[in-house]
Amino acid sequence: MTTIEPHGHGGQLDPEEPIPNPGLPVHQPRPTDVDPAKEKRAEIQIAALFGLSALCTVLFVVAYFTYDVGDSWHVIGGLGASTVALGATLAGALLFIGIAIIQWARKLMGDHELVEARHPSYSEEADRERALADLKIGYEETGIARRPLVRNSALAALGLVSIGPLVMLRDLGTLPGDKLEHTIWGQGGREIKIVENGKEVTVQVPKMRISRDAIGTPILASDLEIGDLVNAQPEALFNPGRYYLEHADVEGTELQIHKSKASLILLRMEPADIKPGKGREDWDVNGIVAYSKICTHVGCPISLNERTTHHLLCPCHQSTFDLADSGRVVFGPAGRPLPQLPIEIDEQGYLVAQSDFTEPVGPSYWERDYERDRFAEGD
Amino acid sequence: MMKTADVASTNGTEPATPKRSAKAAGAVATWADERLGLAKATKGMSLRKVFPDHWSFMLGEIALWSFVVLLLTGVFLTLFFDPSMAEVQYNGSYDPLRGVHMSRAMASTLEISFDVRGGLLMRQMHHWAAMIFIAAMMIHLMRVFLTGAFRKPREVNWLIGCLLLLLGTIEGFTGYSLPDDLLSGTGVRAADGFMKASPVIGTYMSFFLFGGEFPGDQIIPRFYAIHILLIPGILLALITAHLILVVYHKHTHWPGPGKTEDNVVGPPLMPIYMAKAGGFFFIVFGMTALLGGLFTLNPVWKFGPYDPSKVTAGSQPDWYMGWPDGLLRIIPPWETHIWGVTLSWNIMLPILIAPPLLLMVLMALPFIEAWVTGDKREHHLLQRPRNAPTRTAVMAALVTFYGLAWAAGGNDIIAIKMHLSINQITYFLRAAIIIGPILAFIIARRWCISLQRHDQEKLLHGYETGVIVRSPDGGYAEKHLPIDETKAYVLTARDREEVYSPNGSADGTGVAAPGGKRAEVTRKIRAKLSALMFADNVQKPTAEELHEAQHHSEHELHELEHHIATGPNKHGPSSDH
Repeated sequence: MTTIEPHGHGGQLDPEEPIPNPGLPVHQPRPTDVDPAKEKRAEIQIAALFGLSALCTVLFVVAYFTYDVGDSWHVIGGLGASTVALGATLAGALLFIGIAIIQWARKLMGDHELVEARHPSYSEEADRERALADLKIGYEETGIARRPLVRNSALAALGLVSIGPLVMLRDLGTLPGDKLEHTIWGQGGREIKIVENGKEVTVQVPKMRISRDAIGTPILASDLEIGDLVNAQPEALFNPGRYYLEHADVEGTELQIHKSKASLILLRMEPADIKPGKGREDWDVNGIVAYSKICTHVGCPISLNERTTHHLLCPCHQSTFDLADSGRVVFGPAGRPLPQLPIEIDEQGYLVAQSDFTEPVGPSYWERDYERDRFAEGD
Repeated sequence: MMKTADVASTNGTEPATPKRSAKAAGAVATWADERLGLAKATKGMSLRKVFPDHWSFMLGEIALWSFVVLLLTGVFLTLFFDPSMAEVQYNGSYDPLRGVHMSRAMASTLEISFDVRGGLLMRQMHHWAAMIFIAAMMIHLMRVFLTGAFRKPREVNWLIGCLLLLLGTIEGFTGYSLPDDLLSGTGVRAADGFMKASPVIGTYMSFFLFGGEFPGDQIIPRFYAIHILLIPGILLALITAHLILVVYHKHTHWPGPGKTEDNVVGPPLMPIYMAKAGGFFFIVFGMTALLGGLFTLNPVWKFGPYDPSKVTAGSQPDWYMGWPDGLLRIIPPWETHIWGVTLSWNIMLPILIAPPLLLMVLMALPFIEAWVTGDKREHHLLQRPRNAPTRTAVMAALVTFYGLAWAAGGNDIIAIKMHLSINQITYFLRAAIIIGPILAFIIARRWCISLQRHDQEKLLHGYETGVIVRSPDGGYAEKHLPIDETKAYVLTARDREEVYSPNGSADGTGVAAPGGKRAEVTRKIRAKLSALMFADNVQKPTAEELHEAQHHSEHELHELEHHIATGPNKHGPSSDH
């Protein structure tokens, strides 16, 4: 082993060294050290810098009370006069202090270099031995080595006690269950039992209409021209009563959860352009197809449409899906096609979902069972 | 006439007599010492402790001071921010969003920006300081690596530094998410996707963190607790440990006249270092104020509140999250479906595997190098990057990997600005991210060795003067002059390196080294790496070699001088006629 020994501390010159260390150069006085006029000038310079800082602080306070922040948010590139004025004066107040202190250090404070000896990082041999001896005595006095029963039971108890805090994490959130496999689209078309006039009756909930995002109006199949791309949501988010849902079911957090799974893209193309997948022959209406808006990679909403190719691009990581071909991935990191929503029209001509999505939407997850996708079975 | 030495020891023309303020300070110090024993404590760390001076030692200071700015501005923001996801209707000063439903977090962010004077300034300073904090840490890390400052006894500080970088990044991400705006919400949505991709426990992690199904109503308050309490506490503790170790080890210094492995040369802590470092705090603080006041970043009011069905084109995370995002963009669509479960390699590789792996490589580098070199000495003199070609090349490869991944994070912006096909950029980067680092390694290593050869040339044959001399027989030669002694010394102030030989001794006697088959394989690997590390390096000359070369150069110089004196090179009108 070519282990190299730690440095000696004798300061002996190695005969192999080509040039001996010339030693510290002689200290050179600065102009301010030898010329009183220059020294005085530096003093004034530094005092002036501190003065400028004080001035900036005064201006900062003036700006704080002069500019009203809410009224002028749109000026100066949308930053607002208040923000810009406060920022500039605060910067001045701080920078001038910094420059003044550093100038002070460079021009007027003593500039002698000192030499300090280094010592090895390890402790003195005696200290190390003492510490090791203490450790040894302490260890022996616990009797850990002699009493395996105590040691092992202690280890077991310590190991177990950490389970307590872990168990307490359980209430951080609900369990996933099958929540990721269902969306609110499935609430349309189901059968429910309600009590009417004291009698229990079975009611067929209407199929879920497809509404325009934001405004919530249901979409007529005849509303869409070829090439139209519409961001859509289930009508239940705007009109829950029609689907026997409570308002609380589609408000606040619930609304966000529904949107994160149910958001939809509608695209109308030439019916002849569609290459329907196996079992998907009746999933479109006159060239109108519906796909999940949530990317199957990490869940960004997809938004960029290439009209001529029916390709849809995710703005986050550029996964590209072919909406004419079952949402197939044509480019990018997404591992699965975009889930397609089977649609039809109801008696009034509105677009409705035939059922829920036939596979989980959004990003993949461990328990996601590909074999169970009904699409794969040719539903 | 005053003697220089007198002046230099007083630094002024006035005799040094204690003023009243000095007396008062002395009284305060005595009062404090009688109660706290402060003077005893300064035995360990004298107020005149030496800190060597070099511009590159300032990089870590930028990180430190921007962290202080983060604490100060952050405390101000907590006075106004409400980390609640309860839905409210915004009714503040910002017209375009008035009447819009949003979380309390987003609404209070808008209030800080448009209804609290100086609030937007503080928000932007906080964000700018965060960007600078992480950038400064990374540049500081590169400085430490490239100059060999991580070597014994500073390995522990290297590990602490790597942890600081990791924690700073997490701290940045949690803080960036707090306003609950559309852009940061998209980032949180992606983070949800990352968690769900984790094998076995992924969905549980997501449901537990979000307090139910994404997005839930818990993530902002939970991130808030992590952002203002948990991580800053750990950061503060680690930064303190980092600085204590700097003081304990004493700062490294560059080789130079009078500087050795056994001393440290520089100005004292008080007053010079205190003044310079303290002044520099104000500079960093002031620069942050300037950036915060004049340059917008992350205008959340333009993005609007988070909505899982909306996204803006050109979505980008903060710069330091750009590289994993880039890997996420260029990874091929690999997903395995097996035994009823899904393995998302397209998320696990770029997010759950690559960044932790890179961090571990970074943390292991000092120990790998120490194992290959077998060097057990303490090192306090820094090395120039060129004098450790393989190490420098490793960093060049890592930086190239990082840079390409980062560029991939902006592939959509590159495609739009440069009118290129995003597909082709992505295909190119998929190959470049593997080939690029290898090329960078080779080029950087050879580059360093060339620079070493150039240094050797200067040392042995002097520097090129640019004076070309023609000899009587028509040949041309350049006049070289010896470099001055200080420069020559600095060039030679480095260790001689030895390639490790697997046979147990460097003389090749062939005596079998102890240990079994596995030990032999380990030794062979170590020998290969040692050869890669040292075999091609230029070693400094011995005293004899230098003497001989200088003698030779002197002789050549004499010949040239002779040519100049006698030949057609002679300047001015000839005096022979």
